Amino acid sequence: MNSGRRHITKAFPWRRSLWIAALLTPALIVMVLFVLWPLLSAFRLAFYEFNGLQPTGFIGFENFRKVLFEQPYSGWTWNAFKHNIIAFVALMVFENGTAFLLAYALLKALPGHRIHQVIVFLPVVLSAVIVGFLWKLFLHPLFGLVNQTLALVGIGAIPWLGNEHTALGSILFANVWHWLGFPTLVLLAGMQRVGKEVIEAARLDGAGDYVLMTRIIWPLIAPSVTIVTILTFIGSFNWFEIPYVMAGLTGSPGGATDVLGLYFYRTAFGSTTTGIQDFGQGSALAVMMFIIVAGVTAIALRFLRRREIEL
Amino acid sequence: MSAATAPKGELLKNGAIQLMLAINALIMVYPLFVMVMSSFKTNAEIFSSPFALPAHFSLSNAERVWNETNFVRYLANSLGITAAAVALILLFSTMAAYAIARYQFRLGALVLMFFLSGMTVPLKLAIIPLFIQLDSLGLVDSYAGLVLVYVAMGIPSAVFIMTGFLRTLPRELEESARMDGASELRIMRSIMLPLARPALVIVAIQNAVPIWNDFFFPLVLITSDELKTLPQGLTVFVGEFTTDWGVLFTGLTLAALPITLLYIVLSKQFISGITQGAVK
Repeated sequence: MNSGRRHITKAFPWRRSLWIAALLTPALIVMVLFVLWPLLSAFRLAFYEFNGLQPTGFIGFENFRKVLFEQPYSGWTWNAFKHNIIAFVALMVFENGTAFLLAYALLKALPGHRIHQVIVFLPVVLSAVIVGFLWKLFLHPLFGLVNQTLALVGIGAIPWLGNEHTALGSILFANVWHWLGFPTLVLLAGMQRVGKEVIEAARLDGAGDYVLMTRIIWPLIAPSVTIVTILTFIGSFNWFEIPYVMAGLTGSPGGATDVLGLYFYRTAFGSTTTGIQDFGQGSALAVMMFIIVAGVTAIALRFLRRREIEL
Repeated sequence: MSAATAPKGELLKNGAIQLMLAINALIMVYPLFVMVMSSFKTNAEIFSSPFALPAHFSLSNAERVWNETNFVRYLANSLGITAAAVALILLFSTMAAYAIARYQFRLGALVLMFFLSGMTVPLKLAIIPLFIQLDSLGLVDSYAGLVLVYVAMGIPSAVFIMTGFLRTLPRELEESARMDGASELRIMRSIMLPLARPALVIVAIQNAVPIWNDFFFPLVLITSDELKTLPQGLTVFVGEFTTDWGVLFTGLTLAALPITLLYIVLSKQFISGITQGAVK
């Protein structure tokens, strides 16, 4: 198996090493400069005070204390955090719940199921900016498609994005429309791996759709559910584009749609309304978001994987 | 079970499922259909008869987008940046993956681990040091800075996929070429890489779609209007034409058009590339 290696090693050992090094170098340089170094710095910078782009002094956990416990920062942080949690729960229920039903329907391979897969995945390939603006126009209180449709059945104009009770739900809806195809096709692929034989056998034993779905398919697609859950969590905590486009940098109205991604961006790169621009506090927020995402992902992976092994 | 032989209950159930799928398809497609139709309409038409087809398929909105905005410039920027980033990702990752997959050397496993650990890093959260880093290199507000960030983001999973694929190629081909005295470079370029084409297509799509659609990194890194990408340019554009819905729908339609056409042609590769990309 390694005769090639022996062949060159013997003849030109340094030439072989040089060749391997040359192949690896470009990728390694890019990774060190633009992934490893920034990541390590991100943790370091969270403990510094900043003046513009320049760290001016080590201040311990001061940045963390401010964003977590000192008003007005802490109020913004917790408000945004709450919305990330709401987004995660809502997306798990509405996006992934719908995706599960759709995947089960598509598994039946009824006429038209192929074209449906292509259709449901189409918005996934579009930019969140396009999707966000499109739904912002459709949700316009007077001229938007949604209210014009509701008017046909006699429902009065609802200011979807302008009302603090409906704004977050509205942008979550746009997000579901954008991404629905993704969990649908990941879960469908998981279901297809279960295999026709298993499903046929269960059917012959008299299992109806409900039993088949809850007792056979649901446990057996555990790996796909794990992936979808974790990606939904990561997505919810990195959520930025659609809220930015539909609700603006401050999460209007009145912070009702503010999420950690927006708050982090405002803190790090400044916003027109607060005028605050602070790399130190921004780094502290980034580190905390990183810890939440990495920590919960690791725990969830362990917990959900155990479910996979048991079955 | 075909519909002809299915019992009545099954038929009814399948009918219900088809109805649900039809409603879902309508929800997915109708907004896009309205977007495209509205791009041919005047403002008055959009406001007064949102559901009707356009009275004339007028291209005057498209003309305004073409003449009065930087749309074409944004489009060209996005094309150039995406192409450059994807090309470099393919080049660098294939080289690295080839070294890891086809040669045995000390540190080989460690190097692979290093690349793989990069897959778990959300680079967005390192944007502050990344910004400082690019600033010190004079690369903020430049094509090169943005491209390098995308290359760094794309390399880990690309190395992972390419290593896995290159490992499956048979040794014999490479051995016999070596016997014939072909150089290592020649073996890689003329014998191994042509076989890796399917994996290269997957890696290319997997990276091209998120780069083409990205908004966050240009928002932070690009400030000059003539360097802006299409998603970023759309925000400028929407700000300028807030009340001109015909132009807005045209801008959105034109921005969605290139990737939609490509998706329709290559839907299978898009779906497997994007779902695998996240599953990695």
